[in-house]
Amino acid sequence: MFVPVKWLKDYIDIEDYDIRKLADKLNETGSHVESIESVDKGVEKVVVGRIEEIEKHPDADKLIITKIDIGEEELLQIVTGANNVKEGDLVPVALVGAKLPGGIKIKKGKLRGVESFGMLCSAAELGYSDSVIPKLYRDGIHILQENYEIGKDIREVFGLNEEIIEFEITPNRPDCLSILGMARELGATIEQKIKYPDMEVKEEEDDIKDYFNELIVEDKDLCNAYYARVIKDVKVEESPLWLQTRLMEAGMRPLNNIVDITNYVMLELGQPLHAFDLDKLEDKKIIVKRAENGDVFKTLDDVERKLDDSMLMINDGKNQIAIAGVMGGLDSEVTEDTKTILLESASFNPKSVRLTSKKLGLRTEASTRFEKGLDPNLAKIAGDRVCELIEEINAGKVVKGNFFEYGQLPEPKEIRVKLEKIDDLIGQKIDRDRILNMLNYLEIESKIEGEEVISNIPTFRTDISIPVDIIEEIARIYGFDNIETKPLSGVITRGRKSCIRNKQDWAKDLLTSMGLNEIMTYSFVSPSQFDKLNISENSVMRKYVKIRNPLGEDYSVMRTTLLGNMMDVLVRNSRYGIPSIGVYEIGNIFIPNEIPVKTIPKEKRVLSIGMYGDGDFFTMKGIIDELLEKMGIEGYEYVREENNPTFHPGRAASIVCENYYLGEFGEVHPDVQENYGLKNRVYMAELDFNRLFFLKGGVHKYKPLAKYPSISRDIALLVDKEIMVKEIEKIIRENGGELVKRVELFDVYEGDQIDNDKKSVAYSIEYNSEEKTLTDEELTPIHQKVLDALEKELDAHLRT
Amino acid sequence: MKEQLSKIRKDALERIASIKTIDELESTRVEYLGKKGKLTKILRGMGKLSKEERPVIGQLSNEVRESIENRIEEVRTNLKEMIKAKRISSEKLDISMPGKKPVLGHRHPLIQVIEELEGVFQNMGFDIVEGPEIEDVYHNFDALNSPDNHPSRDETDTFYITDDLLLRTHTSPVQIRAMENMDPPIRIVSSGRTFRFDDVDDTHSPMFHQLEGLVVDKKVSIGNLKDTIDLFIREIFGSQLETRYRPHYFPFTEPSVEVDVQCFDCGGKGCSSCGETGWSMELLGCGMVHPKVLENCGIDSEIYSGFAFGLGLDRIAMVKYGIDNIRLLFENDKRFLDQF
Repeated sequence: MFVPVKWLKDYIDIEDYDIRKLADKLNETGSHVESIESVDKGVEKVVVGRIEEIEKHPDADKLIITKIDIGEEELLQIVTGANNVKEGDLVPVALVGAKLPGGIKIKKGKLRGVESFGMLCSAAELGYSDSVIPKLYRDGIHILQENYEIGKDIREVFGLNEEIIEFEITPNRPDCLSILGMARELGATIEQKIKYPDMEVKEEEDDIKDYFNELIVEDKDLCNAYYARVIKDVKVEESPLWLQTRLMEAGMRPLNNIVDITNYVMLELGQPLHAFDLDKLEDKKIIVKRAENGDVFKTLDDVERKLDDSMLMINDGKNQIAIAGVMGGLDSEVTEDTKTILLESASFNPKSVRLTSKKLGLRTEASTRFEKGLDPNLAKIAGDRVCELIEEINAGKVVKGNFFEYGQLPEPKEIRVKLEKIDDLIGQKIDRDRILNMLNYLEIESKIEGEEVISNIPTFRTDISIPVDIIEEIARIYGFDNIETKPLSGVITRGRKSCIRNKQDWAKDLLTSMGLNEIMTYSFVSPSQFDKLNISENSVMRKYVKIRNPLGEDYSVMRTTLLGNMMDVLVRNSRYGIPSIGVYEIGNIFIPNEIPVKTIPKEKRVLSIGMYGDGDFFTMKGIIDELLEKMGIEGYEYVREENNPTFHPGRAASIVCENYYLGEFGEVHPDVQENYGLKNRVYMAELDFNRLFFLKGGVHKYKPLAKYPSISRDIALLVDKEIMVKEIEKIIRENGGELVKRVELFDVYEGDQIDNDKKSVAYSIEYNSEEKTLTDEELTPIHQKVLDALEKELDAHLRT
Repeated sequence: MKEQLSKIRKDALERIASIKTIDELESTRVEYLGKKGKLTKILRGMGKLSKEERPVIGQLSNEVRESIENRIEEVRTNLKEMIKAKRISSEKLDISMPGKKPVLGHRHPLIQVIEELEGVFQNMGFDIVEGPEIEDVYHNFDALNSPDNHPSRDETDTFYITDDLLLRTHTSPVQIRAMENMDPPIRIVSSGRTFRFDDVDDTHSPMFHQLEGLVVDKKVSIGNLKDTIDLFIREIFGSQLETRYRPHYFPFTEPSVEVDVQCFDCGGKGCSSCGETGWSMELLGCGMVHPKVLENCGIDSEIYSGFAFGLGLDRIAMVKYGIDNIRLLFENDKRFLDQF
């Protein structure tokens, strides 16, 4: 909310304060200053001038030559393109040498051969934003309507010499959505009582009943209070400049005196108001009730709105005339011809206003205030303030009496707080007089009785309802910065982290040490990824949790695999021209308990690894081996996986351990590669991290080092192509017994040198005894046994 | 024989004097002193000598062998030194050439920040706990005293699965779960993914990260809260930056406070990145746990009090590493990840 400092000064004396210091203080007590702007954006040497003569420019149709009185002996000649000025108008004149916002400097010039000594200014040229400039002057020079001394500095005329403070108002403080409310906060901050504006209405002799028949609030649940007054002999015209500039500085566009005053009071007190043209209300009645489904209503902004029976409307007995708390209707709008007005100052149900405004997609200054919940007692006060201002600027005559319908108006509530509780929660003893002082300046009347503070909560403080709310008031006005820090008491031990989190952190470090980068991807994915990954129609992965209101299709379902995200990351890097990459992620997948989802789905921790470029199938397998071994998982096996459509059927494996499925990995299926438009071969793995954690071993024990030298025997075997090397290795170990320390595959060959259906595999077998140095004589029969078994079981022959 | 020995000595010493390589030296040694060498050959003829001559020739031949051997060793040493000196002088590297880096992986910067913060809080006695990413409305809003017409509940702010299930909008529901399952004293932090209906731009992401902390015990005060936050901020950002406690509003704490830290760019002088205020705004939100929240979790607010705090981790990672676009955190560009 924008608060012009000039306006604040109506209620509080801050002449002696530096505005920035004041802003800091307000920050400390809870009014968050977002910015401080100066109204005067560097305007210099702009004065009031009167247009004495206007003549046509001899050589240009669109230009005129004006002679302007600026209080000097000679008239000033200025050429302008403006077409809204006439002789006798008072206008802002930027003299030669003047400065305007945005660093503009005015120089002497020649326009089509005619000399010009300055410029006539529009409001925009004086620094006002287009959104607040009255429509009348939006495309032309700002013509001053009141009488100002010729030659007067324009900064004084427009009040361009004060700051505007922008505050962020928290939703619990609708009372601060007003200049007066902010003055009250400021008063409490600098310990000053504020001056309230004059609210006394003079009133005419004739009675409101002569003009207006009846006020009926039918739906009392949605309207707590409705206050109506009538103003006659209205002259709808431009507001005085002081009123216009205040609205403009607070961010509102002036329209006409009546609407401007209702807006002024809304900004001043926080109560939105509405003026109807009374002559246009057919039955001279106000009925407050819900709309009927299917009703259509044209709002002020000339848009037809479809209504339903949840929306509260203002009705004149025949027609709808306003959407309560949101916007008035076009047909009963105040216009230049309006003679009599009915002023509405009401309190509507915040929830209802919020829902209506949301349904209609129509948020207004009024609706944003109503939806935060206003003090119903404000309705009458604000209504009278509008009447007082109308009288003050002679915009009309206020008729005697009013209509006021209300349910139960709130009354000040008493709250008692134990002093000890205040000290305990703040953490130090706060001086008792200081407590009372702070609360009383906030207009929370308080006294101390015994060990208690007894406070009377004014009805505008809708945020205070329990003792701790009072403690908050004390703490914030005292200033959190002034509260002493105090270490927590109690035994301190280092905090714990769950075992699985520790293992997860550890696994990440291990994977990182293997050269993989850690990635982080969104929990929601596009359902199209399941097709791109070739995942079969009946796969459980397609039983996913759907977001009802996603940001878009791409973020619409909760992931059931990390592989889609992984492919996206690999593809993105490939597009960026990265030649080689290896990455991993540990994240949750979401498994619904039932479809459609009713209960909180299961979240399962999954590890995914992906790579292209330097790595291949066996790089991936090596990484998985290293991880599983270091986790102490024993007895796991790799099983050929031909049925997972995401992977190449000849280059994929599942990992199983004790009948548990740990995950799978392999080269991505060429179809999937194509779906993602990737040229590189890609390798991915997905492992169930919860399961890995469950199977992990304990502390790894040391194995003694060999005491005696080993003997290595290298063999090259010719075997059927289809035989998997793990079978060969198994036979070597089974037959070599305990002496076999290491079996290393060091070459596999298929090609011209050997038969088509054969391959040559070369192993280095290391034999070692823990008891003595092995001799050739001792080893030979054992090694022969291995070779015999290989020949017998696999038809594997030594290659010569 | 004497003459023969003298000649061998003379020849050998002359040969040795002109030798340039170790190999040549070695072959010369073999030629004269080896099993089949010239000296050995001559000594084979010793048998033919008379008894008187033998010791004389024997001694002479030893002298010859010794003098040749000595000379060879001398030359060998010199040659070795020469070769070493030559090698050293020829092996000068251009040390400005690039080093060969081992291939290391890199931890994601955001997760590094999370683990660092968790470590700081563990040292302060906080347990690390976790909660689900998909929450129910009760834990995410109701139990946290969020008004039932609060805009944050709208579908324009929160992702819903059903009327009752949603993607958690903050890590605060973990507080509720902790208080439901633990008895005071409670001292926990929890970090993780959170979700809000925000389109992706330079500073917004529909998925982001928070860290939440909670302390519940007897007589926990605002003073305790400030002490904890100050300590934590000093650990993370160093002691040179000041903090500012600004009253604020959150439904689940009363009083509520936002904490600003002096601008990381200008250190408080005021610059364009802090809007000339000198403060980095809204780094952290905190407050004393609202009595209703305690009661909702079955904790007697007359006996116990507590404080809670929450902070945006993406923002902290961005500030810490000078990352100017939040998208970088989730794009996983190798060139980006390799920098951490």
